This record gives sequence, C-alpha cells and structure tokens, in this order.
Amino acid sequence: MSISRRTLLRNTAALGAFAGAGLPHIWIKNADLAYAAGGEIKVGVLFSLTGTTAIIEESLNKATLLAIEEINAAGGIKGSKIVPIVEDPASDPATFSEKARKLVVGDKCVSVFGSYTSASRKAVLPVFERQNNLYWYPTLYEGRECSKNVIYTGAVPNQQQDEFVPWLVKKFGKKFYLIGSNYIYPKEENNYCKKLLEKLGGEVVAEEYVPLGHSEFSSVINKIRSTQPNVIFSTVVGDSVVALHRQYKAAGLDPEKMPMASLTTSENEVAAMGGEAAAGHFTSAPYFMVHKSPENEKFVEAYKKRWGADKVTHFVSEACYFQTYLFKQAVEKLATSDLTPPNIRDAVKGQSMIAPQGKVEIEPENLHTWLWPKIAQAKSNGQFEILVEAKEWLKPVPYAAYPGQSCTEKGLVEKS
Amino acid sequence: MDQFIEQIVTGLSIGSILLLVALGLSIIYGSMGIINLAHGEFVMLGAYAAWVFHTYLGLGLLASLVPIFLVVAAFGWVIERYVLSLLNNRPLDTILATWGVGIMLQQAVRLSVGSELRYVQLPPALSDSMDVFGIPISSYRVFLFVVSIALFGATWLLMNRTPVGMKLRAIIQDRSVAASFGINAKRVYALTFAYGAGLAGLAGALVSPLKSVSPDMGTGYVVDAFMVVVLGGVQSLAGTVASAFILGELSGGIAFLQNDTVAKAIVLLAIVVLIRFRPEGLFTARVRA
Repeated sequence: MSISRRTLLRNTAALGAFAGAGLPHIWIKNADLAYAAGGEIKVGVLFSLTGTTAIIEESLNKATLLAIEEINAAGGIKGSKIVPIVEDPASDPATFSEKARKLVVGDKCVSVFGSYTSASRKAVLPVFERQNNLYWYPTLYEGRECSKNVIYTGAVPNQQQDEFVPWLVKKFGKKFYLIGSNYIYPKEENNYCKKLLEKLGGEVVAEEYVPLGHSEFSSVINKIRSTQPNVIFSTVVGDSVVALHRQYKAAGLDPEKMPMASLTTSENEVAAMGGEAAAGHFTSAPYFMVHKSPENEKFVEAYKKRWGADKVTHFVSEACYFQTYLFKQAVEKLATSDLTPPNIRDAVKGQSMIAPQGKVEIEPENLHTWLWPKIAQAKSNGQFEILVEAKEWLKPVPYAAYPGQSCTEKGLVEKS
Repeated sequence: MDQFIEQIVTGLSIGSILLLVALGLSIIYGSMGIINLAHGEFVMLGAYAAWVFHTYLGLGLLASLVPIFLVVAAFGWVIERYVLSLLNNRPLDTILATWGVGIMLQQAVRLSVGSELRYVQLPPALSDSMDVFGIPISSYRVFLFVVSIALFGATWLLMNRTPVGMKLRAIIQDRSVAASFGINAKRVYALTFAYGAGLAGLAGALVSPLKSVSPDMGTGYVVDAFMVVVLGGVQSLAGTVASAFILGELSGGIAFLQNDTVAKAIVLLAIVVLIRFRPEGLFTARVRA
C-alpha cells in the first residue's frame, strides 16, 4: 500500500482532530495541520496602535479587520472563520520583529497582514523568510525588494511616477524641487524621479531631506522662494506633511504657480492639515476616496458604518482591504490540508479581483500588484478630484530604477 | 542681501516659537529646580484643548487662549499638589515622576480621543502673509513673535514686580528662611508650576495651526525646550530669550545653507561643546546662596 503525502496528512488530521478533542494540542505534532484547526484560520494583524506611526496604522488595522469581519459574516472561507490575532508593535521595528515571531511561531498564523513603514517591513522580513511564512504588505513603498515571503499590494515607484512626472513637466514645467523625509523611501523615489526627469530634459534645482517628524519648514520655504521651481516634488511623510502644507499656505505661496506634487499625501493627512492648506496640490496614487465605482462605494460605506462617519479611506487602507480578499481567494483554492503559507503564496500568484480602485492582480513574477495609477488634486473640502486615470493598469516593476536588475520567481536576477 | 534679511526674519520666527515653548520650562526648572519631563505633554494638552474648544464649542483659537491657559494650568496645579509636592520636589524623584505623568497623559489622550492627527484652524484674520522689511512673511508668524515677547514681558513682571514673584525669589534663595518669614512655600510652588504648565499649554495651542496635533507631539518640543533652557542658563529668564533667538537664527541659517538634518546635528553638537566649557549656560543669574 502506498501512502501519498496527502492521504497521510488527511489521516493525521483526523487523528489530530480526534486527539485534539480530548487532549488539546499535545498530539498535533504536524505544524502544517494547525493552520486550519477547528474550523479556524488564524492570521496575524500587525499594525502599530501606539507610537509615532499609529496615526496612520490605526486606519490600516481598521480596514483589515473590516474585510475579515465581512468575509466571516458571509460564511468565512469554505466554512472556516478567519480569526485575526491583533498585536501592537508600537511603531518600533524591534517590537515588530518580536511580535511577528510571536504570531508566526507562537500563534502559528498562516499569514500576517502588517506594516506601514519600510523600516518595520525590513525588520520582520528575516522572520518570514526563516519560517517560510507569508507577510502581506499594503503600503506604497520604494521597491528594490524581492522576497518570496511578502505579497506587496501597494504601489512601487514606477506605478506612482511613470504617469505623474511627465504630466507635471507638461503642465507646470521642468524645474523640480525634491523634498523628502530623511530615510530610504524618499531617497529611492527621488532616485527614480531624477531618472524620469533626465529623460524628459527636466532639472532638479534642489534635493533635500528633513529629519523624520520635522515640523519647521520656514528655511525650506525660503529656499523654495529663492530657487523658484515649477514643481515641489514631496515625499515628506507623517505629521511633517501637515506642517509643510500649512506653512506653505501661511507663507503665501501659490499652488497654481508652484504646486506640491506628493506621493504620500492622502485623505488622512488632508483631514489633519485642513482642506484650505491642501487645496490645489497634487497626489499620485492608485486609489482615492472619491473614486467612482460600485466596489468603492460599498467599501467607503462599510468603513464609515463600522468605524465612524467622520473616518476617511485612503490608498493604503484600500490595499489593506483588498489584500485580505485576495488572501481569501487564495485560501479557497487550497484543500484544507494543503493550507500552508508557501501554498497560499503559490495560489495567490495571478489572482485577480475587482478592488475599490479597479481590477487588481498579483504579478506571479514578483508578487507585487498590478494597479491603476491616478492623479488627483486636493480640494478645500478635504477630498480629492481625480484629474487623470490611467487607461490601462500598470505592471509593478520593483527594480524600475535599476535597469540591470529584475525580480523574478527565482529571486533577484542581475542582467549583464 | 534680500535673502540675508529674509533668513534673519525666519530665524526670529523660529526663535519666537522656541521661546514660546521654552518659557514655561524655564520658569519651572529655573525657580523650582524641577526637571519637568512632562513639559512636552503640557504643550500637547494645550494643542488638544485648542482642538476641543474649536470642534465642540466652536470657539476660535484666539478666543480660547485664556481658557486654554487656565485649563492646562489647573492640570499643572493638580500634578504639583498631588504628585510632586508629595515627593518634596526632590530633583531625582521628580524627573521620574514627571516622566511617568507625561506617559500617562500621552496615553490618556490616545485612549480618549484616538491617535489620528487633529486639525486646529489658523485664525482667518491671520491666515495671509504680510511684508516685513519687504520680505513676505506669514502674518501668523508675526503674531507668534509678538505674543512670545509679550508673554516674556508678563512673566518678567510677574517674577520681579509682584508679591508672588518676590516670595518665589525669596524661596529660591533660602526656603527655610523664607518660610520663617511666613511665606507659604507649598502654595507658591504650586502656583509657579501651574503658571509654567499654563504657558506650555498656550505654546501648544499657538503652534498647533502651523504644525500638527498628535498625542506624541510633545516629545519634540520638550527636547527643543531643554536645549533653549540649558543653553540660556538656568534661572535666567533673559538668558532663555537670548538662547531661543540664537538657536532660531542658527538652525534656520544652517538649514538654509545646508539642510534641516545637518542643522539639527550641528546645533546639538554646538550645545554639547558649549556646555562642556560653560556648564552653567551662556547667562547666569547671580544668586547669593
């Protein structure tokens, strides 16, 4: 008699379930089986609820939980409920890593949804790679990463800038002032921006980075005044975005002549700075709250109903929401006994769905996501007006700024 | 030349914000010797008070300044009375206690109103820019400059021309002798701490329309405030003013020539070097001890 791996697993599962009923857990030696034990699929939710970036990560936590609740209310995944285990990594990369290990090794989560900053993603990466687990990362980020253990559902530089930079040059002119917070994300985005500008014959009048959390921009504004750029290309993040916009407005600069073009200003930041400070400036992202689609209407309504009528959705919380559904689709494809992180990873390749922003799909090659770039202008009512929508969705190219390298299923490949 | 004047004006504006934030700390640190690590949280409470008055009561920022001062001062009074004075204002114990109070205030705000950034409206009358020496500068920044000088003046008068100020100065010189002359040291300390806290609250409310309001906003301000006070010299109000403007010009200027990251590093380094050679700070009040 030959015993295939699958029947063995199934039999062990039955035994495990039987034994588990009497003597909880001590008989379940096979780690894989624990992933779908007792009609429950455990997933980790790892967004900071305290500390500096809690300001935004709280909304990511909320969007993820909303999707999980919706899936469970509609019957779960093939009868199994998703059980979210929420941890608070307190905006601290070391704590991120520690909590990730707890979720993966201790709680045996089959996947973890988490992180806003690149620093926190880099901190948890070794945990997921060593345990061969799966991390779902919803944020737009700087690219230049190729992990088999992360599903990236946010935009990479080519998806935010390929349309945006030429459009800005055409509309406002070729002189760009690059300003960002001082860490890896703005530097990589600016790197790519400079490449695009070079092709378009543009000029960078200044490239400058302010400390994270910086809130005094008067010297920066003086420099902007003296260099007179056509566009201020901003990758400033967090509360600095708010301070920069408000001080720009107070200094009497005019967005019609010298607009800020941002990759990071979402509805969330606009709500904090007030519509009058945001009005007239531009953002490029795959999603805006005002986007018209039945899926988005449903998402916005459900989000407000669940978390409060004054809450806003934005381009990162939308990714949190749809990636949870992609997780569901991938799990649905698998037999319960096959439910392991690597199998989910393989199942999610090429999965597509209609997200609030439009149809999205996981690119099998690099596990990033096909998205719909949009350019929008902020209005004084705190919302955006979408000016340009891409006619076609855009392939994610995480190494767009590095022509010699590309991310493939085999990992990072250097082209000679 | 234009750029030079522009930068001087910018430095004055940065300096006035530093002065605003440091004044309350200077009073408490200078007169009571308490290193108040909750200072940043008083600043934060002030900013949140401005938000609450605006959002729930419809009061504009300018109209709510006095109530904000009173509310945060009351907080300060309670903390002095029921925490610090029970520790007899011992420096080491109070560092720890105020740090703890700071954390509690931060988390209390986070739990009660959430951690998202809050919005405080710029007073509409001051939302434009105006010309100063031919340089366009935000009217609100000019207003902040005037307010910070006025608050400094008021504080100086309070310390030097009123009975409470006289009593406080007497206590600073010798608490037990002052007490034997019938001065109620406990009461004066509580009032001083409340006043310092109130000033911090005002500072928070005043900077909130230019910056952002979040539960952990105080952390940055408390560092700035300590730099100003340490550089200026403890117990010297005039020193606080001078050092606020020196730091403002310095960090604004370096930020213009280089960038803000470099400015922050150089300013901090300069202070460390200066403290090494002049531990008492730039200015020292001569006190007979």
